[in-house]
Amino acid sequence: MRLEPRETVSPWMVIFAPVMAIVVALVITSGLILWTGESIIEAYLALLKGAFGSRFALTETLTRATPLLLTGLAAAVAFRARFWNIGAEGQLYCGALAATYFGTGLITLPPFMMIPFLFMVGALAGGLALLLPVYLKSKLKVDEVVTTLLLNFVILLFVNYLLEGPWRDPMSMGWPQAAPIIDEGVLPRIMEKSRLHLGLIVGVISAVAVWFVMRFTIWGYEIRAVGNNPSAATFAGISINKTVLRVALISGGLAGFAGVTEVAGLKGYLTLDLSPGFGYAGIAVAMLANLHPLGVIMSALFLAGIYVGADSMSRAVNIPNYIADVLVAISVLAVLVSIMLTQFRIRFR
Amino acid sequence: MTALKIKGVTKTFGSLIANDNISLTLQQGEVLALLGENGAGKTTLMNILFGHYVADQGDIEVFGNQLPPGATDAAIQAGVGMVHQHFTLADNLSVLENIILGTEPLTSWRSDTARARVKLNALAEEFGLAIEPDKLVGDISVGERQRVEIMKVLYRDAKILILDEPTAVLTPQEVDRLFDTLRSMVSRGLSIIFISHKLHEILNISDRVCVLRRGQMVGEIATRDADRDKLALMMVGHEVTRPLVEHLPPGPPVIELDNIVLAGSRGHKPLLDGVSLKIRECEIIGLAGVAGNGQSSLAELLSGLKTPSSGQLRLAGDVVKQYSPRGFIHAGVGRIPEDRHVHGVIGDMMVWENLISENLREKPLWNFSSLINFTACRAFASRLIEQFDVRCKTMEMPSKQLSGGNMQKLILARTLQNNPRFILANQPVRGLDEGAIAAVHERLLAAKRRGAGILLISEDLDELFALADRIVVIYHGHVSQPIAVSDITAQDIGIMMAGDLAHGEKFLQAGVS
Repeated sequence: MRLEPRETVSPWMVIFAPVMAIVVALVITSGLILWTGESIIEAYLALLKGAFGSRFALTETLTRATPLLLTGLAAAVAFRARFWNIGAEGQLYCGALAATYFGTGLITLPPFMMIPFLFMVGALAGGLALLLPVYLKSKLKVDEVVTTLLLNFVILLFVNYLLEGPWRDPMSMGWPQAAPIIDEGVLPRIMEKSRLHLGLIVGVISAVAVWFVMRFTIWGYEIRAVGNNPSAATFAGISINKTVLRVALISGGLAGFAGVTEVAGLKGYLTLDLSPGFGYAGIAVAMLANLHPLGVIMSALFLAGIYVGADSMSRAVNIPNYIADVLVAISVLAVLVSIMLTQFRIRFR
Repeated sequence: MTALKIKGVTKTFGSLIANDNISLTLQQGEVLALLGENGAGKTTLMNILFGHYVADQGDIEVFGNQLPPGATDAAIQAGVGMVHQHFTLADNLSVLENIILGTEPLTSWRSDTARARVKLNALAEEFGLAIEPDKLVGDISVGERQRVEIMKVLYRDAKILILDEPTAVLTPQEVDRLFDTLRSMVSRGLSIIFISHKLHEILNISDRVCVLRRGQMVGEIATRDADRDKLALMMVGHEVTRPLVEHLPPGPPVIELDNIVLAGSRGHKPLLDGVSLKIRECEIIGLAGVAGNGQSSLAELLSGLKTPSSGQLRLAGDVVKQYSPRGFIHAGVGRIPEDRHVHGVIGDMMVWENLISENLREKPLWNFSSLINFTACRAFASRLIEQFDVRCKTMEMPSKQLSGGNMQKLILARTLQNNPRFILANQPVRGLDEGAIAAVHERLLAAKRRGAGILLISEDLDELFALADRIVVIYHGHVSQPIAVSDITAQDIGIMMAGDLAHGEKFLQAGVS
């Protein structure tokens, strides 16, 4: 068995491959469901219903998709330039920290200014969190995978310290949580009787904006050039360091957005469980979308659907909701294989 | 006796037919030259023979036994050995260790170096291959490394040797020595396939020539019946008109290097050691040298990628303070990089995107300070594509799908449309076919007529003698005085390439600066 490169890749295949990959992932996960002794069809129906089957399910899925969309974009932008930002989780918390710092009474503005202001400081904080890794990478060639990953823990422990100590809300009855965001800063609900908030619209607009930047601007050109062939990009006069810095600020900013949507949109106050790993899941979202900014919308929805659906499936049939993690993991692996197969064909001779 | 028989081998990569029903035989004790332009299918055929690729159709027989497809072990077992163009040696191991690497079972406790040494010495004596088994490969010269590669193959008892462009890295004298070795090998009954596109070498060493063109075997000729023109015609399929070189009176200097030093990494010798060089308008200076003597460092310096540790560089009289690719582009330096795929094009980006890469931040290619003006870019690209005859299906296709010649035309188009005053052409025709070579040379000569000064770096002395007005030789980071091509022979250049730069001084004309 050997792999041979395909000379052309049809656009049809590029769309078809991830869909096939997800089907394959569902088939493989079926094995685990069978093992529990439950009916596969029943389980998947329960999952589907729990994710998209009712107005409530749909709004829950969309609410869950919001931070995934933003962290997915953060990863997609960075990975396009081959800047391996694994630190979206930490940058998300930085965004949430900034929103909490400015949004809990320090500054009061009317909502139409307060909300953009919170997003701005959140993005700034997320971007700043990447300055150290970028500096170390540019000056000393320190691998950003290591620095961004480890910074997650540093930031999380710092949040932990703040919530246990100086920032703990005196009204919280001793729970480690910060003071609530003031009313002017809370993101408005965009659908009645749901938790769906303005963050979703911010996420979708961000995705379109990122797509626009990548496709139509010189920045996007430079990012793609640096990611595709850094030697040729340098030779043509594109500065790798400047491009990487730009990408890092955009990527960290998007992850910071996610922190703002969660703290000011969903929870209302900063806690340690603000993000159940949205930053890491964003990597899976970006991979599933093959790093395409608009594809990230679809893959964030898919991942959110699986997580929300699996929760409700675990209540309907006797399958633990960990199956969602398995399904997501296999999907990502299958998508990576399928992307490889769009570029190579297998020959059995 | 027939050593090797290739029967009707066909290999396709998608729509590309790399080998189309190729048959050839190799007799024992002969040197068969495989001649063809790059992309003609020589390397594919040899990769099939050696088991790296599996043919769609066709069989291969070695000494009457059929080779199983896709099995490199079987090919080695049958006595096929390949000396690759790029060496496959480990620098941190000794010569002896490199040679026995892979010949001993993985599970053996210790290697039997004593026996290996005996066999090695016997082989060295038999074929006149002088090697020092205990030296580290990292410490020996390129010529010696090639002998180690050949020894590796002989050590595995090869009866058929395939040499893929073996002379690219050698000085003329080392080539002569290699040919002596090859002659002694065939006289002892080995058979050799010699892959090359250098006609004079093929005429010198081979007994028979097989010519490939676009994947097909287009002819076979006994070397004694062949001559240069005949082979060139067979290889290209049509007469090639060489561009005419005219010597023009040079103008003021476009670039001056004054005692440039480029430090090596810590503990290593400097990459460039006091290089002084002046290139004037309307002249082409050829840089000769064995690969790895500082050509790449000099090219990187002149591309704006490296900053010298000391010394001065003047572009059109102005001292360069800031070394950056963009700064050099703006100062009127056109750069043709050594490796098209690494530095030249961004493979996954489209043809038009690659054409604009050096003019990205110039009007009218952008609007509103950051938006790409697609209409202007496409117009810009289509003008260049037409002007420089870049053949592509559409300008929207990824540039990695361009052939080598068209990729090089793309780079030329991008570089020359800025009318550079100084052009760095680093191996501009490496791997191109004769037609594309003529096109590239014609462009360079046109730039020279227009007034540009050109530094042409090449490993092919024929190319330098054909194009350059004067030649300098680089050795271990030192650059010789420029010598007019009319005053010197390739043999003398060879002596300088081997390290005797002072040898050139007697060819300097009095009064030429």
